Amino acid sequence: MGSEYAIEADGLRRTYHTRTGWLRPRRTEVEAVRGVDLTVRRGELFGLLGPNGAGKTTTIKMLNTLLIPTAGTARICGFDVVTRTREVRRRIGYVFGGDRGLYDRLSALDNLRYFAELYGVPPHQQKPAIAELLELVGLTGREHERVEGYSRGMRQRLHIARGLLHDPDVLFLDEPSIGVDPVAARELRRTVAGLAANGTTVVLTTHYMAEADELCDRIAVIADGRIQALGTPAELRRRADGRRVVEVEAYGVPDSAISALRGLPGVRETAVEERGTLQLLTVQSDAHLDVQGDVLRELAGVRLGRVNSREPTLEDAYVAIVNAA
Amino acid sequence: MRALVIGTLMHAKHMSRSPFEVALALVIPVVQATMAVHLFRAGDEPHRLLEAAVGAGLMGVWASVLSGSGGAVQNQRWLGTLEMIMMAPRRPVTVLLPITTATAVTGTYALLATLLWGRLLYGIPLDVARPYAFLAATVACVAGLGMFGLLLASTFVLLRNANALANPLDYPIWLLSGMLVPISVLPSWTAPIAAALPTTWGARAVREATVGGPVWPSIGVCLALGTACLLLGAYCLTSFERRARAAATLALS
Repeated sequence: MGSEYAIEADGLRRTYHTRTGWLRPRRTEVEAVRGVDLTVRRGELFGLLGPNGAGKTTTIKMLNTLLIPTAGTARICGFDVVTRTREVRRRIGYVFGGDRGLYDRLSALDNLRYFAELYGVPPHQQKPAIAELLELVGLTGREHERVEGYSRGMRQRLHIARGLLHDPDVLFLDEPSIGVDPVAARELRRTVAGLAANGTTVVLTTHYMAEADELCDRIAVIADGRIQALGTPAELRRRADGRRVVEVEAYGVPDSAISALRGLPGVRETAVEERGTLQLLTVQSDAHLDVQGDVLRELAGVRLGRVNSREPTLEDAYVAIVNAA
Repeated sequence: MRALVIGTLMHAKHMSRSPFEVALALVIPVVQATMAVHLFRAGDEPHRLLEAAVGAGLMGVWASVLSGSGGAVQNQRWLGTLEMIMMAPRRPVTVLLPITTATAVTGTYALLATLLWGRLLYGIPLDVARPYAFLAATVACVAGLGMFGLLLASTFVLLRNANALANPLDYPIWLLSGMLVPISVLPSWTAPIAAALPTTWGARAVREATVGGPVWPSIGVCLALGTACLLLGAYCLTSFERRARAAATLALS
């Protein structure tokens, strides 16, 4: 089946039902994904961004056959994810972030041998494929060590090697750089970009805007179970056109001050990022208004650090899209 | 077949490197050998000590299969590998059978260790009546138990707390299978249940090889029942895997 698209999703929905208690069971229903429509071209590097609980992982798990959608349809390389599961699974790889997902007491080589067999890599191709992937992810020479002794970056690279063993047409990367140090993250980005350049379709979820901006051909911003915006990074950045951003480093900003900032004339968005004792306030305003003076006035009496006024980035556009959802 | 062998080897390797499993494997056989010896000495049947030790060893194999089958799914959830192995482009049975077989293979250690401890601590003579038949019966018993374990594991795919279901099955099965106490002393209503369990026939085959008796029919019934469990387990797994994907119980989160 030669579909033009690697991924097609139409009206995907997923509801979770949970039950707590035995004598008086309480049933709750959570609508994690509320109708996602998207298409991803073959060879495209597609980003899926959104806050925690937005529905990114649920969407990916419906596309990679781990969850059955409550409603809607999805196809991978033309195969339906519910009715043609095995054909879909032959064509996809799945890599997720974090420490889990590997057999810790086995070596990297044993992990790859086992998954190569499980994913149907022909026996005569296993050895060269494993050697090539170990080289690709920079684990050559360390393959005989047990995974329990690996750093998080090494585990993540092993995850990627495992995901690529059967040479998938579509690779799902679910927050692959989570907890990885900057150097390892850069290596990882290089590897992902190389895969896309070689024709693998990659779907990437990440919290790191710079990563998405650098890598993705197109990005979908998902919030509240729906796609809120979809376009190239440049197109999404334009969502913040006509705005100016003031960033203020502060310590112990009271909630009342933040509310006051939101009420300032010309202010469109405010965000607070906690960085230990430091708070990074980001205030987006109409570009033709200079709100820096007003912002500093509202923060009078608060201990401040660096103050910076700049052009909006993809992250600012993302914040604007998510806040509007 | 290659996937089954490699899968079994890898899982057996992974399990045998667990400090917890190793500690259990060192302690439990001593307890079981001691229990067997004192039970049969108290019963004034010292000539049946080897038979008792074999029965105690089989209890160890079963305990390993049971905890392994419940754990097969639960451990994979904890490791975060359950989703990865279940999304392999294979039938679910091909994915889970190596795990339950690996638990039976590592459980064989309990049988050997119980016999060894029995010899070292209590001087139980290892005079097996038919050594080759004993080997064949042990292999058949391990295979039968592995296949029975798969049937149990298939139901555990649906449950988040699979070991809660697995633990209560430990004693009834070894009791019903006559691993330590002869089936003849149990109430008559247990006989049909015992006859339907591959564990009963596996234990009987090993015991007959130890003391002498018709080993091969028991091996045949054990493998036939095991195969039936395998087929039923394969069917259940396919159905339960789909239900688990619908109910979102494959992963912990």
